[in-house]
Amino acid sequence: MKTLSEADIEEFGRELDKIREDVIASRGEGDARYIRRVIAVQRALEVSGRGLLFAAVLPPVWLAGTAALATAKILENMEIGHNVLHGQWDWMRDPEIHSSTWEWDLVSPATQWKHTHNYLHHTWTNVLGKDRDIGYSLMRLSPEQPWHPYYLGQPLYNAVLAPLFEWGVALHDLELERLRRGDKSWGQAITQLRAILRKAGRQVVKDYVAFPLLAGPLFMPVLIGNLTANMTRNVWAHTVIFCGHFPDEAAVFTEEQIEGETRGEWYLRQLLGSCNLDGGPLFHIMTGNLSHQIEHHLFPDLPSNRYAEIAPRVRALCEQFGLPYNSGSLLRQTATVWKRVFRLALPTSAQRPEPDAPASAQAA
Amino acid sequence: MTALARTRIDEVALRLADTVAWLTTPLLPDDYLGLINPLWSSRKLRGRVEAVQPETNDAVSLTVRPGRGWIAHRAGQFIGVGVDVDGVRHWRTYSLSSAPECADGRVTITVKAVPGGIVSPYLVHRTKPGTVIGLTRPEGRFVLPQPVPSRLLFVTAGSGITPVMGMLRSLVWSGEMPDVILLHSAPTREEVIFGAELRRLASQVPNLRLHEHYTRSGCRLSLAQVPDLVPDWCRRGVWVCGPTAMLQEAETRWREAGIPDRLHVEHFRPAVAASTGGAGGRVRFLSSGQRADADGATPLLVVGEDAGVLMPSGCRMGICYSCTGRLRSGRVRDLRSGREYGEEGELVQTCVSAAAGPVEIEL
Repeated sequence: MKTLSEADIEEFGRELDKIREDVIASRGEGDARYIRRVIAVQRALEVSGRGLLFAAVLPPVWLAGTAALATAKILENMEIGHNVLHGQWDWMRDPEIHSSTWEWDLVSPATQWKHTHNYLHHTWTNVLGKDRDIGYSLMRLSPEQPWHPYYLGQPLYNAVLAPLFEWGVALHDLELERLRRGDKSWGQAITQLRAILRKAGRQVVKDYVAFPLLAGPLFMPVLIGNLTANMTRNVWAHTVIFCGHFPDEAAVFTEEQIEGETRGEWYLRQLLGSCNLDGGPLFHIMTGNLSHQIEHHLFPDLPSNRYAEIAPRVRALCEQFGLPYNSGSLLRQTATVWKRVFRLALPTSAQRPEPDAPASAQAA
Repeated sequence: MTALARTRIDEVALRLADTVAWLTTPLLPDDYLGLINPLWSSRKLRGRVEAVQPETNDAVSLTVRPGRGWIAHRAGQFIGVGVDVDGVRHWRTYSLSSAPECADGRVTITVKAVPGGIVSPYLVHRTKPGTVIGLTRPEGRFVLPQPVPSRLLFVTAGSGITPVMGMLRSLVWSGEMPDVILLHSAPTREEVIFGAELRRLASQVPNLRLHEHYTRSGCRLSLAQVPDLVPDWCRRGVWVCGPTAMLQEAETRWREAGIPDRLHVEHFRPAVAASTGGAGGRVRFLSSGQRADADGATPLLVVGEDAGVLMPSGCRMGICYSCTGRLRSGRVRDLRSGREYGEEGELVQTCVSAAAGPVEIEL
């Protein structure tokens, strides 16, 4: 990767602004129809899945029901929930599909997630000590994080985190490390914890008490079906999200590097810290279009159905400016994530494996 | 069904919905029912357009079947109509032109396409039967009192005829037409909305007299002519609906005649002060965390909507107070009077107020 001049970076930013404006100018009825259709399909799938589970006397029916429910939950979490909460559909002014009113089918309350994700993570993407999503305060995913014997167990932590991901996210939003440091009052934390318990309580009652009880003799098949669907969704979300920022080539930044960052430099950091996944249209929808993590981080509030359309333009722009555009298959990206988890479990020097990326950002 | 029985059923339905909500959490049963039939939602009032009837070449009557949550209207009242134009939800208010007595469960609004507008051209030219629209319940005090006065005067211009048409149809339905005079003004004879029906009524109902004025043939209706056309105007209850200037003139004349309480007016658009100039400022919508730069002439409601804030709204002309937000800091300008005001904690009508400098508002 060549080193860019300040002027180059600002030019790069202006080109990206242009892409953004083009999408905003052309948002319309087709996009509105898209999100409403996804929501209708998701709800129909959920109802069918739960219906099939209620008739799950034979294993294939149970399997079909669980698969439908898991698919519905993945759509709900990723293509719908995540993106609606980003405000991607606020322009429609529909109070039923709006970031300020949406609540999702996860144990974490949407408002808390909006703060840690939309604000902290998207503003401070991959900045050490600022972006709490680096390792989720649980793992060492950057060599700059000082090593501690605790990290020896991180392959195991990650394996356990995957099926319980929604609970991990809820805990993550509590920001316990800030509480320990005294940056956050106990009162605040308790208020937040109450909200989590209230939300999680209803979620647990729905999937593990109400629906199983309604199924009568099929209590266990329904309970296990719901549990499987939730865990499948959790593992999938965990896999996709970890592929977004932690494959080996993704850059990590320090607070000094981003001091006085311009708009162009902000764009550059989003690009260097994000990784895409290759796949077909259905795959993109199932990842909530986070397979276009680069486009999502450059333009977090543009409708997700447009990322695929602008990806070639962003990619061409990167080529023009000699910037990397990290994209790979799910398998390849997941393998590099796990490689990182294993490698950084052991003490390593703070030497960056790819000193190019942050250096160029620093030059900016 | 009696009102009491209906209340009981609603109560049971509500309790049932609460229980079922444990199965649909974090959504509500409505979110699933609405996919089958949008009219079943009890949270969001909606209606389905069942017929589109051309009235003139730029006005149509839309017959709408309202869904759950609708209440019967009084002749002359208006409703909010929400439509998605190019994917974006817009709300406007329209007077109901149908008689409430017509008990087939449907209501009619009559819309004239405003050149350069967003919602009215959409409703007139692009709406087909089957379209689902958002509704708000009927409101407004532009209605006839009970018992109906024995002598009435209606003064209307253009689409200002719509609420009065609702009243006339209601009076026809009741079978007891008082002594009614209607002075109506339109560009040409062809452009009189409900022209054929009005003329037929005037020829059939002896108590109803109709005076049409066509502005394009130089016969502009001036309120100064009222005493000549209607010698007993002072003794009549009068309902006026038309352009702002007409309403303001009516208010002056009836006040000067010492009988302002006989006059009832209906605004179609906010009366914007002549000079709406003045600097705007940066507006912060505190609850939604959005920010936008506003000029001194754009209502805060529009500024917020354009910034993606979910702004509450209603009549959009300063009447219904559905759109208010609490001011945290800064001052606003009332677009109707040009007056600047604003103290911390004051409720501001966003539909008729613009920023006068930087503003923080709790929306």
